[in-house]
Parts: sequence; structure tokens; C-alpha cells
Amino acid sequence: MAISGLIFVGFVLGHMYGNLKAFSGHDAFNEYAHHLRELGEPMLPHEGFLWIMRAGLVIALVVHVACAIELARRARKARPVKYVVKKHTGAIPASRLMRWGGLAIFLFIVWHLINFTIGKVNPQGGPTDDPYNLLVDSFDVWWITLIYLAAMAMLGAHLHHGVWSALQTLGYTGTATSRARAKTIAFAIAILIAGGFSLVPIAVMTGIID
Amino acid sequence: MTDMPDTTLTSDRSHDEPSPGEYDDAAGYYTLGEPIADTKAPGGDIAERWQTRKFEARLVNPANRRKLSIIIVGTGLAGGAAAATLGEAGYHVKSFCYQDSPRRAHSIAAQGGINAAKNYKEDGDSVHRLFYDTVKGGDYRSRESNVYRLAEVSTNIIDQCVAQGVPFAREYGGLLDNRSFGGVQVSRTFYARGQTGQQLLIGAYQAMERQVKLGTVTEYTRHEMLEVIVVDGRARGIIARNMVTGEIETHLADVVVLASGGYGNVFYLSTNAMGSNVTAAWRAHRKGAYMANPCYTQIHPTCIPVSGDHQSKLTLMSESLRNDGRIWVPKKAEDCTKDPREIPEEDRDYYLERIYPSFGNLVPRDIASRQAKNMCDEGRGVGPMVGDFRRGVYLDFADAIARLGEDAVREKYDNLFDMYERITGDNPYEVPMRIYPAVHYVMGGLWVDYDLQSSIKGLFVTGEANFSDHGANRLGASALMQGLADGYFVLPHTIRDYLADGPFDPVAEDHPAVTEARAAVQDRIERFLAIKGNRSVDSFHRELGHIMWEYCGMERTAEGLRKAIDMIRELKREFWSDLKVLGTADSLNQSLEKAGRVADFIELGELMCIDALNRRESCGGHFRGESQTQDGEALRHDDEFAYVAAWEWAGDADSNEMGTPILHKEDLVYTAIEMKQRSYK
Amino acid sequence: MSAGNMNLTLKIWRQTGADDKGGIHTYEVSGISQDMSFLEMLDVLNEQLNELGEEPIAFDSDCREGICGMCSLMINGEAHGPEVTTTCQLHMRSFKDGDTITIEPWRSSAFPVIKDLCVDRSAFDRIIQSGGYISANTGSAPEANSVPVPRDNAVRAFNVATCIGCGACVAACPNGSASLFLGAKITHLGELPQGQPERWSRVVDMSAQHDHEGFGGCTNIGECTAACPKEIPLDVISQLNRDLRTAMKHGH
Ligand SMILES: Cc1cc2nc3c(=O)[nH]c(=O)nc-3n(C[C@H](O)[C@H](O)[C@H](O)COP(=O)(O)OP(=O)(O)OC[C@H]3O[C@@H](n4cnc5c(N)ncnc54)[C@H](O)[C@@H]3O)c2cc1C
Ligand code: HEM
Ligand code: HEM
Ligand code: SF4
Ligand code: F3S
Ligand code: FES
Repeated sequence: MAISGLIFVGFVLGHMYGNLKAFSGHDAFNEYAHHLRELGEPMLPHEGFLWIMRAGLVIALVVHVACAIELARRARKARPVKYVVKKHTGAIPASRLMRWGGLAIFLFIVWHLINFTIGKVNPQGGPTDDPYNLLVDSFDVWWITLIYLAAMAMLGAHLHHGVWSALQTLGYTGTATSRARAKTIAFAIAILIAGGFSLVPIAVMTGIID
Repeated sequence: MTDMPDTTLTSDRSHDEPSPGEYDDAAGYYTLGEPIADTKAPGGDIAERWQTRKFEARLVNPANRRKLSIIIVGTGLAGGAAAATLGEAGYHVKSFCYQDSPRRAHSIAAQGGINAAKNYKEDGDSVHRLFYDTVKGGDYRSRESNVYRLAEVSTNIIDQCVAQGVPFAREYGGLLDNRSFGGVQVSRTFYARGQTGQQLLIGAYQAMERQVKLGTVTEYTRHEMLEVIVVDGRARGIIARNMVTGEIETHLADVVVLASGGYGNVFYLSTNAMGSNVTAAWRAHRKGAYMANPCYTQIHPTCIPVSGDHQSKLTLMSESLRNDGRIWVPKKAEDCTKDPREIPEEDRDYYLERIYPSFGNLVPRDIASRQAKNMCDEGRGVGPMVGDFRRGVYLDFADAIARLGEDAVREKYDNLFDMYERITGDNPYEVPMRIYPAVHYVMGGLWVDYDLQSSIKGLFVTGEANFSDHGANRLGASALMQGLADGYFVLPHTIRDYLADGPFDPVAEDHPAVTEARAAVQDRIERFLAIKGNRSVDSFHRELGHIMWEYCGMERTAEGLRKAIDMIRELKREFWSDLKVLGTADSLNQSLEKAGRVADFIELGELMCIDALNRRESCGGHFRGESQTQDGEALRHDDEFAYVAAWEWAGDADSNEMGTPILHKEDLVYTAIEMKQRSYK
Repeated sequence: MSAGNMNLTLKIWRQTGADDKGGIHTYEVSGISQDMSFLEMLDVLNEQLNELGEEPIAFDSDCREGICGMCSLMINGEAHGPEVTTTCQLHMRSFKDGDTITIEPWRSSAFPVIKDLCVDRSAFDRIIQSGGYISANTGSAPEANSVPVPRDNAVRAFNVATCIGCGACVAACPNGSASLFLGAKITHLGELPQGQPERWSRVVDMSAQHDHEGFGGCTNIGECTAACPKEIPLDVISQLNRDLRTAMKHGH
């Protein structure tokens, strides 16, 4: 769980960096998208790196979701009769949103891939072979941007608990101080990623990028 | 303590009190039986006796142990340690407790610490000194061979517990720390902050659970023992009630061990656990086991005062608090309602420091308690009115905090201070604590010989349930020591001498002794449910408690005791005619459980009063108004009472008629120590 | 402190036995004083019920000093109620006149309800049986001071050894996990030199037993430590995970 989670974290960080290139304009971004595909050549075939990464992601995803389902199953079996009244002292809301949040993220990714990679649907019917334009056109549509922002909120929450949880699971939180540190790191990463990703759509919306 | 002024006894009949010989206060309440004696303790040099006994006690070869079964009632320090050790030895052990886990036995509540003659502090401690202190602290009413053995094995206990992972307090160098505790002048008390009993018990519990896994010990939790099965004069098993299903179960074995703890709850309010009871011991008593010195009760000076009628139990504040806290009351009665911090130094009476300059706040428990009572009776008590008195005195840490700093005090007593604040709502770092004595421990218990065997063959008794080691008063941190000594190091050796004759002929489930015991248990339960009267069990228990506390508490008089006996007999009649127990016998039924316990407490209460009435002397925890020196100190009468009072049940087996109990006297002979009139001035 | 003047509405789970469905019953109590402990308040209710001929409510308690771990109760959705302490040490000054208080048993498939508010926690004993000890037969122990223990380790071991086995961590955990209880024991024994020889097998066996008993998995939510009357910190779970990983590496 922790490992797969952190792989995701790694990916999204990289991915966000890529997205932010959108600020440096049309060419830089496409250059990057293009570069992604040539990365590692000639050692790797065209798009080789990308495929390795994709493979990695898919495996991680399978593991991640499998663990998630198993944990949820055990939790349900562990408490067949629910409480009439139950407070949640000591828990951050995010920690109890993981399962639904995860699902939401999952759905988002599906849509996202249709939108940008596999399906390449351009909601404005414009060209889809140009990632930059595809992106800009997409986020000019308010409801798409909204979906994205919502998804980013979810992701932020997921990471706020997820990253701390992973560190705890891996046993890096042996003392009160290291525990506090882990919590800050988790919060920072969550803000960074959710925020970072959100910039692009917002920017497009507000016309900073066009 | 040898350097202290000890006035030799009985020459001191300084006041116009006639020789006690002329009295037989309990005449008519008892019959005198044959004297008895401990036949197991070897003679000779006291330092050699235990070695000798261990050598003489016959061995059981490992192959046979598997065939021998042992029932142990109780999973406290005494029972848990024994179960673990006998299991390791390869016997087949069945362990019983009424809680839902062996780890919850009341030993867990012990706070202060455990004594051991390790002499790590090089302050002149030794096995002999621990022995001396314990006998003296017990006011020369304990059996010297037992006490010496206790002191002797005390050091092994610490080794054993450390090996099990008991996290004792340590010094910065990583070596064990210890402190001075409850009326002794050397540092020999090992502790784990304020949770020593918990840590020791968890150690024993874990050792026992390990044996459960290995299959040598079987544990029966939520099981209450309600009868002993005696076949041809030998204890061969017990009848227990499964408290969850209500099923009455027969458990047979080659030998039975009672480690069922103390019966302080006969006073209703005590520092004991809600479930602590005398039933196990009392059922054995009714089957022929003698009950020794039942009136010896320890009233602990540092408990949180009663706050109202709803009170269900009293909470002890470890006596270690007396190391740093100073006890006082206002000099003037009119100051008693003032904020203590407003009362100037010169208007405070640090009465223990005043009366006992050399021991001050560290005098033994019985003395500290009685003086607190005296202060309150004089009208100088503090806190809320309970009845017609304010029942409380101050325990003040202002000086300690000034001297050591708040952090040092916190480090030592944090959890105790928290507990106090939670219960009273006052913060002891700012306001002095209020304390008052409460029933805490019973020195009395089933009579046992040096082998810890009772007057019923094959029935062994360990821990607080027996009477053996503390005489008329127990020193702080000595009960944990005794429980573990009995369980780890004494019983396992002495019981093998008995088991060497085994395995005994198997007893059939339908043996008359078994069916009769089962029937007795069933009838009793049906009777409780059949009375269908108007009063709850608790109301009877509370009333019994009032009687015992008033007349058989810190100060006892012939007149009061006779009155108490009448009241108890009346209460008993009412109990059996007006009790109301709802629910059924075949499910968890807490009122039903309590009913059985209270029924036995009522009978015990009567015997305690008779014992107290008979003992017309003051010794340790037993203070008879008629026997005190002119300045109000306890006065012993060794010429007449240097004996253990072992009571035999005279009533018939399954009626409520107690008859007149039979008193057997075991004379106490001291060869290794000279009897002195105790003095802590 | 106003004495004897609180009136309360109690919604209490009642269940005649393991196979009864059970449900919430509502009772009124009056004349409750702020100085009463929560359980003394229930004693008062039981006296009333006994008067009325209704069977008193079964609930566990023994020491009533916060040390034996026998008492339980989910009080208004919090294990052991609103304060950081045990139910038996919770006092009525934490409540107000007129309050409605919902009282339920611990909920966990590993802690089946026996009756009313009493549950069976023997699963904890079995977890200890599976390795929660240091094997040291009586009499075999070396002189206590022959093995010094650095004070910091001794202190940490003690701080987590204070676990009273009450099960509040399980009751509070949304996953019904007993990781805090388990981690506390792993950390207690793992901090001490005497605990090293069995350290790795211990963590593996105890964790296996934990899962076998049907406790849930820990996802580091942290409600357990908030409910723990002994304030066992979350780092014992971190320690548990780390020891478990090391043990796996050592091929246990
Ligand atoms: C609050 C408090 C603080 C104390 N502090 C100290 C201290 O600091 N130092 C010290 O040395 N001593 C102290 N003592 C005294 C000491 O704790 C006890 O005397 C000692 O622990 C008794 O141990 P035990 O094994 O004999 O009995 P317990 O620990 O009381 O165990 C009794 C066992 O018997 C079982 N049992 C009882 N009746 C039945 C039955 N009918 N059927 C089945 N099972 C039954 C119970 O379930 C339990 O397992 C303290 C006592 C109290 C109450
Ligand atoms: C607003 C934020 C985001 C933007 C603007 C964005 C944009 C893009 C673009 C343009 C691509 C196509 C890249 C290419 O094929 O060259 C892409 C691919 C992808 N994105 Fe995003 N993305 C965002 C957020 C996310 C998030 C939060 C996730 C996961 C949690 C994610 C996961 C992916 C994946 C898995 C791919 C496919 C990579 C591949 O295999 O080609 N994206 N994204
Ligand atoms: C693809 C859909 C996803 C699903 C269904 C999902 C679901 C979950 C669930 C249920 C948990 C279990 C922990 C718990 O229950 O509290 C979890 C943990 C975690 N998730 Fe996800 N998640 C998904 C995507 C992601 C992504 C994209 C990331 C990172 C960008 C991520 C990072 C994490 C991390 C770090 C953890 C903590 C692991 C641990 O507890 O040790 N997850 N996820
Ligand atoms: S960890 Fe805390 S809550 Fe869990 S059992 Fe131990 S004391 Fe109770
Ligand atoms: S609440 Fe449960 S999820 Fe883990 S951190 Fe505590 S056990
Ligand atoms: S009753 Fe012992 S901890 Fe609450």
C-alpha cells in the first residue's frame, strides 16, 4: 500500500512539473510532451520510458487498489455491528475519506486518460494531436476545469493522510518529533501537488494561459 | 532499627489497668479447642530452615508431573506466579479467576513498590534486617520461620521479574533504583513509578500465558469458585460457576491452591476491587480450613476521603507520598473550614512529626491511621462533613515542591496527583491533598503451616488469602513480596512434598462428596433467587460495612463488638428473608454473584468481631480501647496473647447457623528475635 | 460543586445474551451528584431498576481505579467517554444537568457481546499467548543488576507497558484494529535487552494472531491513541511496523 502510494506520489510530482511547463508556453510544453516520448532513446525504443512508467503505474495501481479493497473488507468484517453514536476524536477527516477519495481519484484518472492520452477528446472539437492546445481547449470549458479542481481537492486530501500514513507504515515515525515532522511533510506535499496541478486549469480559465 | 529505644514489654503496665488474665471478653461466643502447632518448619538455625525444608521436601520425577493436576484459584501475584512456575515444572494446572482476564487480578492495583533485601544502596540492609523489620512491623504476631524465609527469597524475586521484562525504575547508570517506604529506615523498595503491582502482575501473567500456549496451564476466566470438594479428608477439587453461562462445573485435581486474595470488602468501602471476596476462603473454612486472626485488618492512612453515600469504593494514594508529603491539621478547630494555604505555619499541627520525632510522617500505617482518626475525632479534621465529623487531614507537598522543584515531584508522583485531581477536582500541586484512612489489606486469612498447607490436607493457601507472614500489621511493599515469594519460590517446593504421594485415586463425578458439593451450590443459588424480598444486595453490603467500620474498625471495644455481633446476626436474618435478586441463574447475573459474596461476608464479619473481642490487647492493626498506655499507644499483652487465633467452623455444613466457633491457639515462639514493645517515638 | 442535582437521560444498549439482537433502551436518572464516578451513576440506575423489578444493567468493572482494564463502555461515541481516562475514573462533573448520554458496548467481531454492556476480550489473552512474553523460567534468572538498562529505554518500555488491556483502542478504531495494544507490547518488550532474543519471532507471531482474531488492519487513523486512557502513543504502531519489516528481512 505504502510503496504503491509513494510511487504514485513520485509520478504526480514529475507529472506536475511537466504540466507547469504550460506556463512557459506552447512550445516548451509540447517539447516536453514530445521529450517524454524520446526519453531514454536510443537505449529505449520510442516512448519506451513512457511505457515502462505506464507499466509501473499500472502495477502500482493494481497493488494499491487490491490493498485498499482488502483493508476495507477486513475493516467491515471487524465491526459487523455499527455504533449508534460514534465520534471521531483524534482523526483528521481525510483519514476517513481515503476509500471514497481513492475511488473518486480513480474515476478521475479514467476520465483524464480519455481526455488527454487514450481518447484524446477535445471538448471544443479542436485538434487533439497538439497536447498544449488540447489542454488549453479543455480547460476553457468551465465544467471540465471544475471536475479537475474537485479531483485535485480529493487528491490533496488523499495525500494529506496518505503520505503521513505511508511514513508511519514504513516505520519512520518512531518518536513524537518525527511523528510531527511526518505530518507536516504530508500536509506540504498535499498542498504542493493539489495546488500545483490546479494552477494550470485556473491559469487557463483566467486566461493567463491561452 | 535496632538502634531505636525499645521498651521491653508487659513490665509496662504503668496505669491502673488490671492484668488481662482476669478477662475472657468473648466468653459465650466461642468454644476453646485443642492448641495447634506448625509441624513443618524444621528447627535449628533460622537461616538454615528453608534450605533444610527444600532439601527434605520429597521430589516428583518429571515423568510423573504430567500425571498430576493442580487447581489454582486466583491469578494475582500469588496465583499467577504459581501457575506459571508449576506449569513450567510440567504439572497440569487449571487456573481460575472471576475477571475476564487473569491480568486483572487486584494485585494490579498495587502502587508503591516491592521490598527486597538487595542492599543495593549499601545502607545496612540485609536479609536479617528485613526479617527483623517485618516481625517488628507485624508487632510480634507472625511466625518467625515464615518471615525469615520471606526475607530470604525476596532477592530472587527481583532477579526473576527483571528477567521477565518488568520495567522497574532505574538510575541514570541503568541500574535499579529503590526507595525507602512505609516505616523503614533503609531503601529496599523497588518500584515502577506508581504502578508496581501492575508491572509485576503483567510479568507473572505473561509467564502464565506462555504456559497456556504450551498447554501446561488451562485458564478459566469469568469462573467463580463456590465450593471445595473434600474427599476422605483431602481437597480434591472445586465447584465453580461459569459466570457467563451460569453452568455449575465440577473440576477435580490432585491438589487445590487458593490464591484468592483479601476480604477487605467485608467493610463495603475499601481500596479493594469491587469483586474482591472471601467466598473462596470462606467456603473452604466451612469445610474445615481454620481461619486465622480474622480481625487483623490494615487501615491505610493515605486514601482519598469519602465524598458521599453513593461511594462504591475508596481509592488509595500510595504511601510513598509520605516520603515527601507532610501531614497536618489546623491547631484550632475554627481553622478547619479555611483555605489551607491561608493557615500560617504556626497554626498548623504536623502531629506525626510532633508525636514521633524519629519517624515523623513515616510511622507504620496503623499508627498513622489511628492518629488521623484521633485528630478528626478531636474536631480538627478537614474537608466535607461526613456524619458528624470532617473526615480528612492534609497531606502537603508545598515543602517538597519548594525543595525538589515541581518537576522532580511530578516525575515521582505524576499519576497519583492526576488520579487525585480527577477524583476530587482539586490540583494537589496547588492545594494540599486531603487524605483519610481506609480499609486496605487483611493480615488475617486461612491458617497454613510452613508448607502453606491449610488444616485441610491438599488445600494450600498463598498470598493475601493466607495469614502467614505479616502478623498483626503489614509493612508497606511486603504483600507483593509475599505474593510472589509464595507463588514463584515457596509453594512450588512445598507442594511437591505433598504431590510425591500422588497421583491420588481418581474421584468419580458422581462421588457423594462431589454431588453433595454441587447440590449445596445449586441450592444456595436457587434460594437467593427464591427469596424475592425487597432489598438489593448492595443495600445489605453497605449496612454490613457501616457496622464493621463503626465497631470493628480502627478502634474496637468489648461493648462495641458485642453490639456489632447482635446487629450482624439481625442483618443476616433480614438478608435471608428480604433479599431481592432479579434475573436468572443461567446467564451473566451480577446481582446473583454479589449475593453469594455478601452472604459469606456477613458470616465472616461475625467471626471477625468474635476474634477481636477475644483478643483483649492492642497489636498492629488491631487496637482495643481497653488496652493502651497512658499516652494512648497500643499495648500488647504477650503473656496472654502471643498466639495465632485459628478458628474452626462449628456450624453445620449447609445451614446458616454458625454455632460457636472453636478457637485453636498456635503459640508464637521467637528464637531468633527478642519480643519488644513496639515504639516509634 | 452542586451535589445530587443532575437529571440525565440515558440511552443504553441492552442485550440479554450473545444470540439476542439487542437494542437501545431509554432511562431517566435523577439526583446524580457531580462527585459520582460514571459507574456510580450507573449503580444508582441499577438500584432504581432493581426497585422497579427490571433486571439491572450488566457492565464490567473491578478496580474502579483505572488500572485493571476491566471497565469499558462507549459513551456518546467515545471509548471511555470524553476525558482521557477510564470509564471508572470518569466523573459526572464532565456532564451537565439535562444531558442525554448514549452508552454502548465495545463493537468488534473479536469482542463478542456477552450481555448488555459486557464483552469478551479473551482475544487479547490469546495475542499475548502467541508471544507477548519473555521466556524466563522461574529460578533461571541472573542477578538483576548484571544487565544494566539505559534509562531512556527503561523509561520508554515503562511508558508503553502501562497499557491496561482495556480494548478502547479497538473500540475507537474505524478499522477495528488492535494495533495500538499490539504495538504497546511489542515496544515494551523490544526496548529491553531481555526482550531481544525473541524479538523477531514475537512480532511475527503476535501480528499473525492479531489478524487471525479478526481485528482490522491499521491505516494510521489515530483514533485509538486519542481514546487510550494510558495515552499510548502512535509511535508504538510505527515500531510494530518497523520490527515486522525487519523480522521479514530476517526471514521469519
Ligand atoms: C490499592 C492497593 C494498593 C496496594 N499497594 C501495595 C504495595 O504498594 N505494595 C505491596 O506490597 N502491596 C500492596 N497492596 C497489597 C497487595 O496488592 C495485595 O495484598 C496482593 O496483591 C494480593 O495478591 P494475591 O495474589 O494474594 O490476590 P489478588 O491479586 O487479589 O488476586 C485474587 C485472585 O483471586 C481470584 N478470585 C478471588 N475469589 C475468587 C473466586 N471465588 N473464584 C475464582 N477466583 C477468585 C481473583 O479473580 C484474582 O485473580 C495493595 C493493595 C491495594 C488494594
Ligand atoms: C490539472 C492537472 C492535470 C493536467 C493539466 C494534466 C495533464 C495531462 C496531459 C497533458 C497528459 C498527456 C501527456 C502526454 O500524453 O504527453 C496527461 C497524462 C496523464 N496524467 Fe495528467 N494531468 C493532470 C493531473 C493528473 C493527475 C492528478 C493524475 C493522477 C493522479 C494524472 C495522471 C495522468 C496519467 C496517468 C497520464 C498518462 C501518462 C501516460 O501514460 O502517457 N494527471 N496529463
Ligand atoms: C487510483 C485510485 C486510488 C485508490 C482507489 C486509492 C485508494 C486508497 C486507499 C483505500 C488507501 C488505503 C489507506 C486507507 O484506507 O487509509 C490509499 C492509501 C494511499 N494512497 Fe491511494 N488511492 C488511489 C490513488 C492514489 C494516488 C493517485 C496517490 C498518490 C498520488 C495515492 C496515494 C496514497 C498513499 C500515499 C496512501 C497511503 C498508503 C498507506 O496507508 O501506507 N493513492 N489509497
Ligand atoms: S493501548 Fe490503550 S486503549 Fe488499547 S488496550 Fe492498551 S490501554 Fe487500552
Ligand atoms: S485508529 Fe485504527 S487505523 Fe490504526 S492508528 Fe489507530 S489503529
Ligand atoms: S474498573 Fe479497573 S480500570 Fe476501570
